[in-house]
Amino acid sequence: MGKYRSWGYSPAQDQAAVRPGWRDFSLESIEGSLLPYGNGRSYGDSCLNSAGRVIDCRQLNRFIAFDREQGILRCEAGVSFEAILEVIVPAGWFLPVTPGTKFVTVGGAIANDIHGKNHHRDGTIGRHVRNFELLRSDGQKLLCSPESNPEFFSATIGGLGLTGCISWAEMQLIPISSSTVDVETSVFHGLDEFYELSAAAHEDYQYTIAWLDCVAEGDRFARGIFMKANHSAGGGIHPAKKSSLPLSVPINFPKWALNKYSVKAFNTCYFYSQKRHAGTNTRQQFDPFFYPLDGIENWNRIYGKDGFFQYQFIVPGSEKLVMDELLRQIVSSGLGSFLAVLKEFGAKKSPGMLSFPRPGICLALDLANRGTRTLRVLDELDQLVMKAGGIVYPAKDNRMSGGAFRAYYPQYEAFSRYIDPRFSSDFWKRVTNGT
Amino acid sequence: MEHKSGEGIVVFGATSAVAQALARLHAAAGDSLLLVGRNEQRLQDLVNDLGVRSGQDVQSLQADLAHIDGHPDLVNTINERMDNVSKYYFFHGILPDQQHCERSWAATFDVLNTNFLSIASLLTLIANRVSEESNRSLVIVSSVAGDRGRQSNYVYGTSKGALNTFLEGLRNRLHKHGCHVMTVKPGFIDTPMTAAFSKQNFMWATPEKVASDIYKAANKRKDQLYTPWFWRYIMFVIRHLPEPIFKRLDL
Repeated sequence: MGKYRSWGYSPAQDQAAVRPGWRDFSLESIEGSLLPYGNGRSYGDSCLNSAGRVIDCRQLNRFIAFDREQGILRCEAGVSFEAILEVIVPAGWFLPVTPGTKFVTVGGAIANDIHGKNHHRDGTIGRHVRNFELLRSDGQKLLCSPESNPEFFSATIGGLGLTGCISWAEMQLIPISSSTVDVETSVFHGLDEFYELSAAAHEDYQYTIAWLDCVAEGDRFARGIFMKANHSAGGGIHPAKKSSLPLSVPINFPKWALNKYSVKAFNTCYFYSQKRHAGTNTRQQFDPFFYPLDGIENWNRIYGKDGFFQYQFIVPGSEKLVMDELLRQIVSSGLGSFLAVLKEFGAKKSPGMLSFPRPGICLALDLANRGTRTLRVLDELDQLVMKAGGIVYPAKDNRMSGGAFRAYYPQYEAFSRYIDPRFSSDFWKRVTNGT
Repeated sequence: MEHKSGEGIVVFGATSAVAQALARLHAAAGDSLLLVGRNEQRLQDLVNDLGVRSGQDVQSLQADLAHIDGHPDLVNTINERMDNVSKYYFFHGILPDQQHCERSWAATFDVLNTNFLSIASLLTLIANRVSEESNRSLVIVSSVAGDRGRQSNYVYGTSKGALNTFLEGLRNRLHKHGCHVMTVKPGFIDTPMTAAFSKQNFMWATPEKVASDIYKAANKRKDQLYTPWFWRYIMFVIRHLPEPIFKRLDL
């Protein structure tokens, strides 16, 4: 037993758990249904298994081999991206794909087929995974790669931990000649300006990302800050910063702290503080660029004990009118918050069978949990996303209906063949049983 | 004393959770490590991990430390493999089922053999070498359970209590040779060894926290370390309860 929670802070639950200390463990002797658990950075219920056990993989945190010439790293599934950066950056290598937090594990990154600011160029992490070992509940150990057990390789990438437990994985890193990035910032007013900036940057910039004000109305509607960046050509390698976590949110904020006015004020301040950098080219260490929130421990507590919903979707690039309508609905709901991130995804296809990322426009935002009101707004957004042929990200989800999931992921039946018969999750039960 | 980079470190019982965390601290400080343990594959896992993390020279040596007859050869091999050892750590130990021990002398003997006799044997062999060369540290992981016998775990407690007494005497004997002996008394540690316990309160420390406390205290050449710190006060009270009261308690 232990306390396990997801990042969206739906209350930490008592959850039965096993904690293998070594990767030679076997699942056969463990009773009940199973689900691997990494660092709990999934926002919703895809990392919990309240009716069974989680396999807490955080003790499986050892490196196995690092080829410093070829940039090939093999490590156990519970190794965090933070630990990897400490090893690889001084050797002149970087993660091929990284999400906005380095506190994810390798196993979790594969299970959610994570993407990053370079999706338009490099696709998802699944494209850079060379192979991994999958432990099945019948005692089998499957070596999975595009050549060996290719169907399990494909089902496990983005497979939400349901196909078995990854014990170790090997990935191809990318070379860097500097630990800094050169970042150019510009301001946009309206989505059309964003699309222009994004399209113009895709060719020459490895990383693009935009912050969007999803509260501002009227003339300020859809204003935001666009950033494009490349690893610096010079500037030297400085060791990855050990997270000393100087800042922490010690308690849950009270409900009233987060309201329409405080969010509006924050967003306006943020917009103008960033606007000062517009048109400039700044060189910064990779840490604050890739992981701006990792410096604040437990930042999710600003949403109070009721937590929050994160909603992340992609609509095809041709559906710009729907994107506009989606944003208008979000703004008029008044539930939007500080963190809204906009990015155009590219066409590099992931090997993952159930992967979320695909070409189109992706928006991720936090919505304060105001109970049924928030849920109703999200259901309405789902209707629009579905109509546009879009898709919603399971790793961030706590509420999508079974019908919505099946519409987004029609391949789920084909995927189901590769689920380990003894594996399940709260998410999976919800979307496959529910209407 | 300041920690000097490039020390030679020997770790007995290297696959224990706290030993793993401690080895990472030493590897990060640029020290050479020799890991001794029973499971060859797990030792190799640690050698690989520490090698990738630090690029340091890490060796391993497979040995069943409960097999005391093998100790002289083992200590010789260690000395051949590493000639400048500055710290020896002793992490091996077992946490038995008390009720099983109450029914079985064989089980009780196993605990005394692994937790006390095997360490006393290794220390006897090693102490005779280190007393000729000063500045060495011997760091031995005991337990708060050795501070007073309690019905819930007195077999384990006895093995640790005997060890504590042995270490007091050894420290006294080696002090004049400049050799440091440190008794580590951890409280509850959240590890696979304690997986059967429910861990819902602040009393449970992580292996990383305990390892970091040990690492710092060893560099400061402390005689004794309670970790986390509050156990010093808890055990002070427990040691000083009068026996007529203590024997009635359900501890």
